[in-house]
Amino acid sequence: MFGYYLELALRSLRRSPGLTALMVLTIGFGVAASMTTYSVFRAVSGDPMPWKSSKLFVPQIDMWGPSGRASDGEPPDAMDYTDAMKLMRDHRAKLQSAMYEISPSVVPADAGKHPIHVSGHAVYSEFFPMLDVPFKFGSSWSADDDAQRAAVAVISSKLSQKLFGDANSVGKTVNVEGKDYRVVGVLNEWNPQPRFYDVVNNGGGFSTDFEDVFLPFQTAVQASIRNDGNTDCNATPAESGFLGLQHSSCTWIAYMAELDDAAAVTTYRQYLDGYAHDQQQAGRFGWAPNNRLRNLPQWLDYKHVVPSDTKVALLVALGLLIACLVNTAGLLLAKFLRRSGEIGVRRALGAPRLAIYTQFLTEAGMIGLAGGALGLLLTGMGVASVSWVLPRDIASLARVDFSLLVLTLLVSVMATTLAGLYPTYRAACVQPAWQLKSN
Amino acid sequence: MQIQPILAALKRHKAGTILIALQIALTLAIVCNALFIIKQRVTHLSRATGIDEQNIISVRNQWVGKPPSQQVSGLTATDLTALRQIPGVVDVYSTNSYPLRQGGWSEGLDYKPNQDHSTAHTAIYFSDEHTLGTLGLKLVEGRNFRADEIGRMDIRDKLGPPTIIVTRELAHKLYPDGSALGKVLYLNENPTTIVGVVDRLEVPWVDNWASQWAEQSTLVPVRLAMSIGGFYLIRTQPGQVDSVAKQVSKTLYGVNRMRVIDPKDGVQSFSQVRAKAYARDRGMAILMGVVCVVLLAITAAGIVGLTSFWVGQRRKQIGVRRALGATHHDILSYFLTENLLISLGGVIIGALLAIGMNMWMVSQFEMARLSPTYVLAGVVVLLLLGQAAVLAPALRASRVPPVEATRSV
Repeated sequence: MFGYYLELALRSLRRSPGLTALMVLTIGFGVAASMTTYSVFRAVSGDPMPWKSSKLFVPQIDMWGPSGRASDGEPPDAMDYTDAMKLMRDHRAKLQSAMYEISPSVVPADAGKHPIHVSGHAVYSEFFPMLDVPFKFGSSWSADDDAQRAAVAVISSKLSQKLFGDANSVGKTVNVEGKDYRVVGVLNEWNPQPRFYDVVNNGGGFSTDFEDVFLPFQTAVQASIRNDGNTDCNATPAESGFLGLQHSSCTWIAYMAELDDAAAVTTYRQYLDGYAHDQQQAGRFGWAPNNRLRNLPQWLDYKHVVPSDTKVALLVALGLLIACLVNTAGLLLAKFLRRSGEIGVRRALGAPRLAIYTQFLTEAGMIGLAGGALGLLLTGMGVASVSWVLPRDIASLARVDFSLLVLTLLVSVMATTLAGLYPTYRAACVQPAWQLKSN
Repeated sequence: MQIQPILAALKRHKAGTILIALQIALTLAIVCNALFIIKQRVTHLSRATGIDEQNIISVRNQWVGKPPSQQVSGLTATDLTALRQIPGVVDVYSTNSYPLRQGGWSEGLDYKPNQDHSTAHTAIYFSDEHTLGTLGLKLVEGRNFRADEIGRMDIRDKLGPPTIIVTRELAHKLYPDGSALGKVLYLNENPTTIVGVVDRLEVPWVDNWASQWAEQSTLVPVRLAMSIGGFYLIRTQPGQVDSVAKQVSKTLYGVNRMRVIDPKDGVQSFSQVRAKAYARDRGMAILMGVVCVVLLAITAAGIVGLTSFWVGQRRKQIGVRRALGATHHDILSYFLTENLLISLGGVIIGALLAIGMNMWMVSQFEMARLSPTYVLAGVVVLLLLGQAAVLAPALRASRVPPVEATRSV
């Protein structure tokens, strides 16, 4: 029976090619516009570590007091050196790392090559297991290396390829800012977007550049490799230079900790408040504790990592889809009611209402399928041309994959069938006797 | 033209009428907001920086091996001399930032030392006596820096120049009632005197957070010796940006190899800088433009489709009217008026919807309030669109011969 309805639908669609084309185009454009913007939205709003993000926490300590708070009473986003080092020494979370952004130059061993400029982070060894960072060769450095300020480095596979070719470069030496570091690990294509571990130092949190070099935090500090991210000061440092920055209350260090269950979170919160309280007792803070401990999704939301433009664009595109559906509903209504005679005959010959419903919804579904096919094509073109329109750091994240393809078709068929519901209802209401009489 | 019979006819096509009106309403709501977003973005991205953009090149130079700041001054001076020798170069200076760079240094200016809240926010541009000439800034009051007053500092030193040059907007913000020239202000608790006022110069940031003080810039007579490196700004003879840009890397590597100039974006003409800074605004404007065009096209097509159907359905009635003496023109204006009535209903709902949508977006995102002009413009556009779309089917209807009345009954 379904085959028969398909044939009927095809015949009906062929009878008015103009109207059919119009509906298919409408659905196609509507679906493509919303799917293209959705692909961008999905790319920027995704959870970077869905399996673990709720266990990762960003502590904030109010070391500036009321004068340095934002208008909503929030403490600074980053930490100063004193507090970050104290938290690292106390080591109260399961895993934790202070970190700061660096952008040193790397001098290739080959004298003919120009030095290259790379970006990266100075972190503690626990950074790697905490964020499940994948290694191609070797592994992270050890906690001992952290303490000893060992001259070791973890580099990206891209930098390894550039400096050493395809070979395993673990054990080789890389010259960073004029000093030699032993490579202990090579990352396996790791470039999470947004760069969630250090949103503060990364503008919007999105970047097309890979992170090429990771150095032990204290090693980098000792080699005075300066921070290349934001530095915020509520008072001018008393001493100059990088050392002055370390002694100042300026914030430039990001911090992340892994807390596995609710009890651990509570304990850590108490620890932070206790620390701030001690500082108040000691006279360093002249105010009551005002700390924050947000998990990763809350933190990304608080920092508005998803650009509001992307949300607005998605909303507008959804509006476009709805307008397209209303349009299709109108056209389907016209098309179905034009065939009142045919419906009358079918009903008079004994077809129940259900048969009419099935027949016309099949037709609507076919239009949806055709619109979806066109929508797929247009979505493909849309996603490909997004890089012409949007900034590269965001556009490069949008891609067409299997789930997007399925979703496009599904949205298209579902939406068109939905739009066809009312016209079909009207078609099923046709009175056979009336139609037969008037013809 | 009688409206009564049209309304009576529409009552028999309630669903179709409501669908068209609804579509017009949705289209209006979306198009108004989209046009408004486009206008805001275009205004934003066409803001002038105040510098001679056509003839300026920015070079990002990074030193290798962390030369101490004493050495950096010498290295920078050598670079500047070498850059001045390139044919086509008018002037050069080194700095920490420039307009549209999206990164820089900001400070507060105070009337008194140790003030709790700064009087004015300002961007700090490290400059020397060549800055005004290189950027093509117009001095409206006072004088340029003298070569002998240019100081030198390390990046973490305390900034406290004895003299500064400010933009006209900043001068006005600080001293609304008179000339700012010769006034003494406090920068980081150090007194400093305004020796010059330039017409305009934007801050390095284009984002929302700096929009309140987008033209409050300060030039300080200090060379910032950063061991990581900095920026060189080059002004070329008119039309020679490309030829000069090609030689910059080679010249600098020729002077000293221990540096990094990114082959991709180390040397940029100012038009590239501008395109990059406003990529997001431009993208949003284009996206909204595409949405508008698609939406208007679909709505027009929908009106054509549905009206054609109605005309087909009513051929007999039209024939009867024609047989009873109605002219071509009567039939034509019947359909035009019918569309006008539906559209009017649609735009009234649509205008409310547009304002509601905007109010919701204002509450959710950093957006401005929709100005009524846009709603009005949208209303006019949609009414005209409706009339244009209905014209072809209506003309076809007017050509229905009176003899149609006698057929198939």
